[in-house]
Amino acid sequence: MQLINPQDIQNRIDQLTGQELFIHLELTTGAYANHLDSTRHPASAFISNAGIRYTNGSISGTGPYRVGLKTEQGWVYAEGLTHVDETETERLILAGHDSQGKLVVALQLSRDKFE
Amino acid sequence: MKAEVHTTMNTKQAGHQRILVVLPHPDDESFVASGTLAKYIEGGAIVTFACLTLGEMGRNMGIPPFANRVTLPAIRKLELEASCKAIGIQDLRMLGFHDKMIEFEDKELLDSQIMALVKELNPSLVITFYPGYSVHPDHDATGAAVIRTIGKIPSAERPLMYCSAFASNHEQMIGKADVTVDVTAFLDKKMASIQAHRSQFQAAELVGNRELSDEEIRMRFGTEQFWTYRFDESHE
Repeated sequence: MQLINPQDIQNRIDQLTGQELFIHLELTTGAYANHLDSTRHPASAFISNAGIRYTNGSISGTGPYRVGLKTEQGWVYAEGLTHVDETETERLILAGHDSQGKLVVALQLSRDKFE
Repeated sequence: MKAEVHTTMNTKQAGHQRILVVLPHPDDESFVASGTLAKYIEGGAIVTFACLTLGEMGRNMGIPPFANRVTLPAIRKLELEASCKAIGIQDLRMLGFHDKMIEFEDKELLDSQIMALVKELNPSLVITFYPGYSVHPDHDATGAAVIRTIGKIPSAERPLMYCSAFASNHEQMIGKADVTVDVTAFLDKKMASIQAHRSQFQAAELVGNRELSDEEIRMRFGTEQFWTYRFDESHE
C-alpha cells in the first residue's frame, strides 16, 4: 500500500466513470473498540459486491482524503482515505489507516466481483 | 513445570491424543491455546484446527500497512499455515465462512460442519471460546455453535470442552478458570506462532512493535487458561 497521490486517484476514478462496477464500502471502529476503551462506541458497516455505476466522481481534501461518487440515483461517500494499492491496475483499492496502522475505512471499485 | 490444575472429575483429562480446536480467526489459536497445543503435541496428540474464517475483515494490515481488504485473505491464509507449522498442528481445516458474519450464519450449516468434524475425529478434548465472554461476536458465536453441537451428543460420549474467555466481566460471571496451563517451556513455539501472523501481531493490543524481554514474554504469554464447559444436565 502507498500513500494516496490525489491526482493519480482522480485519473483512476475518471477511467471507471460510467461503467458497471462492484463496490466494497466499509467503515469500522473494530469489534474490540469498546473492550479496549469503554468510552468508545463500537460501530461498523460494510456492503460488499453491490452493483454501482457513477456519472461523476472525485477525490477531495488535503489528506486524509474524501471521495464522492455521484450515481444516477444517489451518492457514495467515504472520508479518511490515506492509502492505495499501487499494484492494482484494473481495480481501485483505497483504504484509510489510523495512526496505529489499522484500517478504518475502505472504498474499492472493480469491474469483476470481489472474492 | 507446574502441573495442570483441574477441579473437574472428568477422567478424560489425562493424555489427550485427539484434540479438536474450533476458533473463528487466524491468530486466535496463537493467543488462546498455542502453548497448550504444543504441549499436548509433544505428548503425542494429533490436533485438528478448524478455523472458521480467514480473518479477512481484520483491521490490522501490518505496520506500515502492506495488506488491504482484497489481499488480506490470501495473506492471512499463509500466515495461518505458518502458525500451525510453528505449533506443530498436524491438521488444519479452513471452513471458509465469512469473517464477522458467524453470528448471522445459517446455524444448521455451521453446526453440521462442526458435527461432521467431531464424528470424523472423535476428539477427547475440544477447545473453543466461551460464548458470551469472548468479546468479539465471532468468538461468542463460534463457542455457541460448538456447545450446541457437542450438547447434542449423549453426555457419556461427549468430549471434554475447554473454553477461553477474556471479556472484562468474565470472572464475575463464570468465576476463575479451572484449567491453568503453564506454557513457559513452549514459549518459543508460541511466540513463533504469534509472529507468523505478520499482518497482525505488531498491533499494540496484541504484542506491539517493541522487542519484549524474556521476562515480559513469560508474564504476558506464559500461562493459558480455560474454563471447562459444564452442560446443564437438568435439561436432558
